[in-house]
This record gives sequence, structure tokens and C-alpha cells, in this order.
Amino acid sequence: MDYLLSDEQKMVKELSHKIAEEKIRPVAAKYDQTEEYPWDIIKVIADAGLFGLFIPEEYGGMSVGVLNLCLATEELSRACGGIAVCYAASALGTFPIVLFGNDEQKKKYLPGLASGKKVAAFAITEPEAGSDASAIKTTAKKEGDYYILNGLKHFITNGGDAETYVVIAMTDKSKGARGASAFIVEKGTPGFTFGKKEDKFGIRASSTRELIFTDCKIPKENLLAREGMGFIVTMKTFDMSRPGVAAQALGIAQGALELAVKYAKERQQFGKSISSFQGIQWMIADMATEVEAARGLVYATARMVDAGIKDVSKESAMSKMFASDVAMKVAVDALQIFGGYGYMKDYPIEKYVRDAKITQIYEGTNQIQRNIIALHIIKEMAK
Amino acid sequence: MDIIVCIKQIPETTEVRINPETNTLIREGVKSIINPFDMYAIEEAIRLKEKFPGKITVLTMGPPQAEAALREAISLGADEGILVCDRVFAGSDTWATSYTLSGAIRKIGKFDIIICGKQASDGDTAQVGPGISAHLDIPQVTYVKKVEEVKVDSMRVERMMEEGFEIIATPLPALITVVKEINEPRLPSLKGMMKSKQAKITVWGQKDLGLDAQSIGLCGSPTQVVKIFTPPQRVGGQILKGEVAEIAAQFAGLLKDEVH
Repeated sequence: MDYLLSDEQKMVKELSHKIAEEKIRPVAAKYDQTEEYPWDIIKVIADAGLFGLFIPEEYGGMSVGVLNLCLATEELSRACGGIAVCYAASALGTFPIVLFGNDEQKKKYLPGLASGKKVAAFAITEPEAGSDASAIKTTAKKEGDYYILNGLKHFITNGGDAETYVVIAMTDKSKGARGASAFIVEKGTPGFTFGKKEDKFGIRASSTRELIFTDCKIPKENLLAREGMGFIVTMKTFDMSRPGVAAQALGIAQGALELAVKYAKERQQFGKSISSFQGIQWMIADMATEVEAARGLVYATARMVDAGIKDVSKESAMSKMFASDVAMKVAVDALQIFGGYGYMKDYPIEKYVRDAKITQIYEGTNQIQRNIIALHIIKEMAK
Repeated sequence: MDIIVCIKQIPETTEVRINPETNTLIREGVKSIINPFDMYAIEEAIRLKEKFPGKITVLTMGPPQAEAALREAISLGADEGILVCDRVFAGSDTWATSYTLSGAIRKIGKFDIIICGKQASDGDTAQVGPGISAHLDIPQVTYVKKVEEVKVDSMRVERMMEEGFEIIATPLPALITVVKEINEPRLPSLKGMMKSKQAKITVWGQKDLGLDAQSIGLCGSPTQVVKIFTPPQRVGGQILKGEVAEIAAQFAGLLKDEVH
């Protein structure tokens, strides 16, 4: 299928594909097993210039938009969903600064993030505040020129390895969701430490840690936007980053499909390759069609973002939900085509099932995505 | 420090198929790539440039589509690409190729180091690099695995031998050919790719180089390909068993049969 990509977009895709095939695929199983943070690959991606795709040129980025970010994430995820999420999660942590940072904050933080010398993380989730983000307990109390942060964030992707964190904390509990604010917190700030590293089912190359704030004093200049804007920052950030999660899911699905087709052609049973059996062929046809449908939705949403269309919440949620459901189904079917071998860790396909699963859960479970979609549709109909 | 890197565009050898009737390569549908050994040459040039600022010129001889190889080299960090391309250069062997490339290098003029891959993985001759240095009458060091030291007018390199290595000092300008142990080639950057797309590739033909017409192309090539064939598969040997005297007798008998 021709996706009508520009020359520049084709370049991003080609370059990311090269990185995935030459650098990531050979080490994907190793990082899955060791759970080390893949710094060597991060450096390759950084040297290639892919961290700055969506960051404005004046702050060291490339200003080439969200579709390019999606193309890069998709291609990297084809080879390893875990390594790709280290990259994508840095984008998640960078978006709030791009969207809401003032000139000084942008000048201070974006060049380092655009060059990939530093990675970022976004921290909203807490043990008792998952889908219900309004239940967060971390507080930020203003004292003179500082805010004092106290509380615990968990399941934070890139936690511990990132240098720059955007943290959502309550500045005024009495206001509920309108009492949350977003802060930039640097690694190494006194009172900011890391808790346990999670032992995960999939995306094991990426780090997921607790962030602990104990009387952590940060300058008031690190407040993003205004007090009380925390949830707006979060929602707008997710609108931008969900196509990226969708692209990660898409890449996992595409990668699993390719492995399954290759295996089906090689695997001989009853004297011929199993790809000659209609049962396998129909599975492949369904998988490929679903992947293309997901791709269409993801690219269309990313193009809307790049065109400057303000409200993309519905489309962002749709692409994240659909692409991740496709990824899970395609990965499971791909494993089925591998048969017994697919269940073994000697073959790469079981990892795709594990990596796919998270895409249905994080950055808003797919149930939350359905809430967002339905609310938008009902609102649109009421107009 | 000005560096010239000589590269060759070749068919991706992992995908090569041979036409069993003509015994020639099937080129259709086969991707063209930069000769893998030349990637190490490009990388070494970039690393040298990072230490000693200057200009990297990439040079190749080939058909018009070889321009893609030059653009790829520019995406990695080379500054300029020159394509030597003319119908009259077709059919050049290693002698004519190195003569033609040396003509192009004379036209480029100033340089400190010429770097080539140790050989092209399609022809495997390893002759063009040394040929260029002979035509230019400059020193050559082949199979370089490490550049130890570079000064304004000399350099010291490690040369890989079958057993161990040699350390060789040479005055500059000089030509080196490099082996894959020398470095790990980088991938291009997005900025580099964008730059390479817009880069202007200089194309030189016989008119620009004014070379001796008898020394170029097919007629300037002393090498003649008489026949191309796939060597027959070796049949397995024969193992003789028994006492030494018995084996000796058997062996003598077999030799006799062989002679008759």
C-alpha cells in the first residue's frame, strides 16, 4: 500500500528501519532477558537525530511533526517493542514542555532532549490513581520561590534512567481535578529518589520505576503553564502521544505478521510449506488487513495533529485503542502460526505477545479510550 | 586534512543469483549497495575529519545510478561526491579503473590521504587501491586495521597480516586500504540524509579528464576474461585402510591406474 508519504517521511522511515534491522533486532532478545536499559541503542537513535523530530527547530529539533514520530516508533517497534518504548516514552515526557513550556523552559530543556543526550519521562500514575487520575495524592506546596513535592509515583516508564521528568502533583486538593499542576523535575534534585524497578511481562528493555518525592524542593520556574493546569497538560499531552503508542502497537503487529509469514513459508508439514494451507492463508489475510486498517487510522490521526487541528482527542483515542487491539490479536495469531515452536523462548514471536499486551493498558486503558470516544461522539451529536 | 575515499557500488552479494547458461550475474531486481569494505573506508575518513578538520571527497567510477552510492556516503558525513561516468570507461579492468580514478584524483588536486576498502566484494581483486597509488606515485599501505597517529606530513598505521601485524610509518600524501577490523561504520543521520538528497554530485567524463584514450575502458584493459564457469564440485577422496605395506601397495596401484 502507498501511504503517500513525503520524501522526508520516507527518509525517517528508511532510517528507522535500518536502525531496527541492523542495531535493534540482533539485541532484542538480550535486552528482553537482562532488562538492562538499552543505552547503546538510545545513542544510535540519538545520533541519527530521531529524538528531535517533533521538537521545534529553534530548540534543536527538526520540526517535522507527529507523523514522523509515529513512523520512527513504528519501525523501531517492528524489531523490539521494549526498546522502542524507551524512545516513545521520552517523547511523552517532552510533549508537555513543547506544548506548555515558556521560552525559558524550552530553551533550558528541549535542546538536550532533542539531541537524545537526555531522555524524558512523564509521571502521573500512582498506586491508587490509575485510570482515575483525579485521585492522585502527590502534593506540591508553594513556599516562597519554591514548590515542595511530596508523594509517590509508580509505573513510570524511563523512571530512573530519564534526566527530565514532568510530574503531576496537587497544588490545591480542595479543587479536585482543577487543583493539579505540572512540574519539571530534574534527576538529582535533593528529595527526589527512585523506588523499586518493576519486573514486567513485556517491554522488558524499558525501565519502569517508582519515583519518590520527600520534601523535594524545586524552583517555582519549573511549574508548567499555571497552577491548576495539570490535567489540561496531561490530556493535551496524551492527545499528542497516543498516536505514538498506537504506532508502537502498529509496529509490533507488523513485526509479528512478518515473522509469521516468513515462518509459514519455511515450515514444512504434510510434505509442503504450511503457507500453502488455506487455514494459514486466511489467518495471514486477516492479520494483514487489520494491520493496514490500523495504519490508516494512526497515520490519519497523526496527519490531523500535524495540520494543526486542535481537538484530536477522539481520533487519538481511536487509533490507540484500535491499533493496540490489533497488535494483541495479530501477535497471538502469529504465535499460533508458529505452533509449538512459537511458545518457546528460542523463537522471537512470544515476545511480541508480551510486548503487545501493554499497549492495550498504558496511556489510558482501552476501556478509558472507549469512554473518551463515546463522550466525544455524544457531545458532537448534541451540537 | 583533505581525504579522498574511493568507493564502488556493487550488487548486494547476499542476493546474487547466477544465470546458469551464461554464467553471468543476474542484475535485475538486485539491490545496489556500497561495497561493504568501502563503508569502513568512509567511516575512517569521517573519524579522521572529526579529529583533523578538512574535506572528505568521495569518488566512484560507474554508471549513472552509482550516484546513489555517493549520496549515501554524503549522508554519513562526506562533503562532496564525484562520479566518473562515461561510456568509454565501460569494460575497464582493475588497471584501467585505477588509471582512470588516478586521473580524477589529479583533477581534484589537493589531498592528504586516499582511503579505499581492501577490496570489492564482487570482484575480490584488491588491486584498484594499490593501482591508484602506483599511477599517482605515492606510498601505499594495504590492509590497515588501525590508524595510530597522524601528523601534518606523515602517518603511522597498523597493517593486518595473516599472523600478527606490522606498524608502518609513511609520509603523506599516501593511500591506505582498510580492513573491517578498523572500525564500526555508523548509520546515517536524518540531517545527513536530508543534506545528501540536495547535494550536487559532480560528474566527470573523458572530456573532463582528458586521459590517454588507449589506457581507458575495454581497450585499455590488459585483463581478458576468456571464460566464466562454475567450478565442478569436488568429489570426495578415498581413504585407504590396512597395514602400511598394504596401503603403500594399494596406493601405488591406484597411481598406476591414474597414469594409464
